[in-house]
Amino acid sequence: MNSPLLVPRLAYWHCLRGVLAREFRRFMQQRSRFLSALVRPLLWLVVFAAGFRAALGVAIIPPYQTYVTYETYIAPGLCCMILLFNGMQSSLSMVYDREMGSMRVLLMSPLPRAWLLLCKLVAIALISLTQVYAFLALAWLLVGFEPPLAGLVTVLPALLLTALLLGAIGLLLSSRIRQLENFAGVMNFVIFPMFFISSALYPLWKMREASEWLYWACILNPFTHAVELVRHALYLELNLPALAITAGATVTFTLLAVLGFNPERAARGKGGRP
Amino acid sequence: MSIAVEHLGFRYGRRVALEAVDFELQPGSFTALLGPNGAGKTTLFALLTRLYALQEGEIRLLGRSIRQHPAEAMRQLGVVFQQSTLDLDLTVMQNLDYHGALHGLGRREIRTRATAELERLGLIERLHDRVRDLNGGHRRRVEIARALLHRPSMLLLDEATVGLDTRTRADLNAYVRRLCRDQKLCVLWATHLIEEIAADDRVLLLHQGRLLADARGDQLCLNTGSNTLAEAFDRYTAPTSEHAA
Repeated sequence: MNSPLLVPRLAYWHCLRGVLAREFRRFMQQRSRFLSALVRPLLWLVVFAAGFRAALGVAIIPPYQTYVTYETYIAPGLCCMILLFNGMQSSLSMVYDREMGSMRVLLMSPLPRAWLLLCKLVAIALISLTQVYAFLALAWLLVGFEPPLAGLVTVLPALLLTALLLGAIGLLLSSRIRQLENFAGVMNFVIFPMFFISSALYPLWKMREASEWLYWACILNPFTHAVELVRHALYLELNLPALAITAGATVTFTLLAVLGFNPERAARGKGGRP
Repeated sequence: MSIAVEHLGFRYGRRVALEAVDFELQPGSFTALLGPNGAGKTTLFALLTRLYALQEGEIRLLGRSIRQHPAEAMRQLGVVFQQSTLDLDLTVMQNLDYHGALHGLGRREIRTRATAELERLGLIERLHDRVRDLNGGHRRRVEIARALLHRPSMLLLDEATVGLDTRTRADLNAYVRRLCRDQKLCVLWATHLIEEIAADDRVLLLHQGRLLADARGDQLCLNTGSNTLAEAFDRYTAPTSEHAA
């Protein structure tokens, strides 16, 4: 009656394929999620950046070879903003799965739970990437944002690493959030501080001019280094310190997410019952 | 032996949910786990399915401890939970595909098995319908098909008929009994509905976390001098029970 022994490597692959298919199918059914993920950064790019362009001069800083418009400066940060919101949304989706009971389907798999979480993480990251590339296409159309064409390829690993980092933070948070309603707290205490206290909107030297402690807060924020990694990769440059910090943070948060995952809490549906 | 539960105990903080529960289930047997709401049935299921970590005692599936061989244990178990765990926005096939993949099955294999299971359940024409569009009885059948997709040797159903009308409940119960007989599945059917239990079924009577009785339905009546199983159940679970085993 029992199924024959599976080739383990193949079983792991099938599991990854299944999780990716499920997450993409769910994503395809949530067109509003796709649109809102694009509207948010586009508003920043088209409205916010247009207003601040005159007020904020951006000096020549790496990786740029010349003065750049403010839109050009913030575009990589906005790519990371998409990844940030998606990563945090993954925590929302995990809490939703927990409340709806579908988390139990995942936990009933014979494969190691660490692998199941990694599959989830990769799925979240790949979904985020499709949105970032859609945003880059719209940014080119709307404000003429034109990084080197090859940059669109070299930025891919940087975006993937950043998506994994932010997805891991999202998964870690999901083990701490008890109810969907608590997601507003994530917005206020995680997403906004991470985004604003970084180099996404202003160069670090400008931050330092404004406040020394703000500058150091930016330096301590892993999101800053992810933004710089993406910014440099878009212009065909490798920012090694940013890569090291982003990779280190990704490994750390992934480990914390896996270790902090509580299957008992995850198995309990609404009302705390399994 | 399909399932062996040895001296199982579980607490939520200071509240005792299960205490010293022992039983064994044979391959190809149908066993009813009877108990009122809050008896500890769902907690027992959560322990059998490794959703909760064992606190006291041991569970063996086909002779192997689920603590030491969790992957093997999960491959042996098919489970239908009390609360539906289907993804309502995905189709029947997509739900089965997800489950099969989580058990390490390839797409072609999943498709073949899913078609066979749904044909048997009379749901093949609903393969590409969204689960949201199915009625409660059909959803439960899809959950059974899903639980059997990886060909487990044990099927656990936790109050699988809750919320269904009488006829659908009876159909589902009869279908699971057929599965048990034809496929030699070991079935543990948790319920608080006495009409789902036949006189010759083995009954595990769980109450306030303790296993009060382990006997055939008609034997429970004999033990308590009752005419019906409902009466026997009331006598066993009365506050001053004389029959606590």
